[in-house]
Amino acid sequence: MNNGANGNGKAHAGQRRIVVCAGTGCVASGSYGVYQALVEQIRAAGLPIETEFRPESTGELRLNKSGCQGFCQMGPLVTILPESLLYTKVKVSDVPEIIERTLKQSAPVERLLYVDPATRKRCRGVDEIPFYQRQRRFVLNECGTIDPECIQEYMHHGGYAAARKAYVEMTPEQICQEVATSGLRGRGGGGFPTGRKWEAARTQPGPKKFVICNADEGDPGAFMNRSVMEGNPHSVLEGLMIAARAIGADETLIYVRTEYPLAVKRMRRAVEDAEKAGFLGDNVFGTGKPLRCHVMEGAGAFVCGEETAMIASIEGLRGMPRPKPPFPAQSGLWGKPTIINNVETLAHAVRIINQGAETFRKLGTPASPGTKTFALTGHVANTGLVEVPFGATLRDVVFEIGGGITDRRGKVDPDGFKAVQIGGPSGGCLTREHLDLPLDYDSLRGAGAMVGSGGLVAMNDQTCMVSIARFFMDFTQRESCGKCVLCREGTRQMLALLDDIIEGRATGETLDLLQKLAFAVQKGSLCGLGKTAPNPVLSTLRYFREEYDAHVFHKCCPTGQCKALAKPHIDPVKCKGCTACARKCPVGAITGEKKQAHEIDQEKCIKCGVCADTCKFDAVVGI
Amino acid sequence: MITAQIEPAGRKFVKVCDILDRHQRQASNLVPILQAVQEEYRYLPKEVLTYVATALEISPARVFGVATFYAHFAIEPKGKHVIKLCDGTACHVKDSIPILEAIRKRLNLSGSRKTTPDMLFTVETVACLGACGLAPVVVIDETVHGQMTPESAVKLIDEVMAKEVA
Repeated sequence: MNNGANGNGKAHAGQRRIVVCAGTGCVASGSYGVYQALVEQIRAAGLPIETEFRPESTGELRLNKSGCQGFCQMGPLVTILPESLLYTKVKVSDVPEIIERTLKQSAPVERLLYVDPATRKRCRGVDEIPFYQRQRRFVLNECGTIDPECIQEYMHHGGYAAARKAYVEMTPEQICQEVATSGLRGRGGGGFPTGRKWEAARTQPGPKKFVICNADEGDPGAFMNRSVMEGNPHSVLEGLMIAARAIGADETLIYVRTEYPLAVKRMRRAVEDAEKAGFLGDNVFGTGKPLRCHVMEGAGAFVCGEETAMIASIEGLRGMPRPKPPFPAQSGLWGKPTIINNVETLAHAVRIINQGAETFRKLGTPASPGTKTFALTGHVANTGLVEVPFGATLRDVVFEIGGGITDRRGKVDPDGFKAVQIGGPSGGCLTREHLDLPLDYDSLRGAGAMVGSGGLVAMNDQTCMVSIARFFMDFTQRESCGKCVLCREGTRQMLALLDDIIEGRATGETLDLLQKLAFAVQKGSLCGLGKTAPNPVLSTLRYFREEYDAHVFHKCCPTGQCKALAKPHIDPVKCKGCTACARKCPVGAITGEKKQAHEIDQEKCIKCGVCADTCKFDAVVGI
Repeated sequence: MITAQIEPAGRKFVKVCDILDRHQRQASNLVPILQAVQEEYRYLPKEVLTYVATALEISPARVFGVATFYAHFAIEPKGKHVIKLCDGTACHVKDSIPILEAIRKRLNLSGSRKTTPDMLFTVETVACLGACGLAPVVVIDETVHGQMTPESAVKLIDEVMAKEVA
């Protein structure tokens, strides 16, 4: 914890340790089975093994589960310390070989090592894999090593020292000052200076204040907060305690998305353990100050990520935002001063209190200091969780860390880059011309995008940008709470216009209307959801206008993804005249003699695609 | 099948009373109360909602308002096996929709008909499960299956069906 990127959680230097990733991704790929097999077979092999953390341990071999190690696609992951060997895609059947070769003979199992697709080189471990090499992991540092369900291990790594310092050695003013000096900005999307937010709540009169941790990570394609909560839940709780001390709150609440059952479970466990350890309760660190923490599960509403909507949801109402001011820092939950911080913001606060604002400022840019986690997904070779300093370029992230763009079959395609959608349904797309743009709050806003929560979805050249805009519009339209007319009805109409474009009914006026409506929705909505809902449409219109024009004026989709614009025809060379498609066609649009090439009547065709599915010779093309 | 298993009305409200007591019968706990009710019954039966409203001394409209606002709450009974297809951005760009179509076709369902008549399967889409590294993702009864294709998803359903028959 205290030494940053290279801490790597080596509890006992030189101790042999096996860490099995138990994040959502690896669990889905079967990591629990691998863990169980390791426990049983190591015991059967007669090797001494510890599965529980003991600070005084001198044991030779420790085995534990960890949170997300970030390299989800290659899971289940097994890390072996002290060599830092990383085994990927480990199966239960690989366990005997790991025990025999690695544990007994201290040699790597070559075939389980990661192969860098660019150089075809086998990487022995984290230090050699470009995916990890170029990252600077602070928030995520311990996510992949320590046992997330063990408070002792967290404390052994310096955990709760910052919270203790905040309660025992620092005044609320000093904490707010330190965080303000660090320049920490909210990691949930807005980028508001955290120190200023805390100071506003601190100076409010009254004994009752609240701190809420916003863990309602609703942005589709983002999973940074989930990983932190699953991998190092105590760091979130500790940050929450620091925030509570800073503003003088005695009650805190963590609002977690219900779609993240494992994160809910681990946060609840962390709160229970912290209560037992006396960090929460009536007498925090012997200062006589009380502090309580509740964990609440959301109920599946994207809009609840907005501060005032989240407060409404906690109060047992529909999650609808209300106008600001008054800001929650003045009048929030139950009308009391309330601050709401993102999971990652709180995790950063721990490090700022531990190491000071100056250390924090060493990375990142002057206006956006520190590091940011991104969820890198979509058409990239290495999908997963990434933490880089602000100011890193898109090229670094997508090509160096992500390993480049992949085509439909999953092969790396050096020229395949088309765009990156950043900030989810509130963000925009970045194109080839932005590859060297530094990723920070202000440059991204200038390019019509935003950091958002940190979802980075890479797209290859076979992706239709109009369909992507439609996808986000469909999402925001469904998630609009319905309070503001322009958001409720406007997003619906924008979706209808996009459907017109995709289904070939659009004219030049459609595009004008779409643009006008987009500006109206931005202006006429109360909260961030409506204000930012048109962003994906506006940014695709800005950078991919020619694709819209092709759909509207030439009635064709350049990537062939929009079914309604498809013009299926039969390749006369490939067609064997088997008549299968003609028999399956529901509208009788296919004609042809037996053993002769068939033809599709474009007038009759309804573009259902049955012919393409039926044909055994891949003769039906264009759909 | 599920509806047939519901106990007599009296018993039902005993369980609801338990849930209400656990949450101090406070209207501010409406969301967690409804979550607990749904966990018990797998959906929110209408009569339970009005009972909750009366017990919390709030209008049924407010309870229904909350119950229909959040995507997680179901007013209709769900099938025995719930299949969730992730249609988050990462899954979407990796072709989640053909998987949805294949699953619906296999079970003869559509966008408006989400549950099979024999109450065995419910198919729904969710915005994002946060397992984007494994896209596209299908969740069957809490088990996450990653890197799916239309064929492998249908195979999973066939396996569940085979177990039901056996």
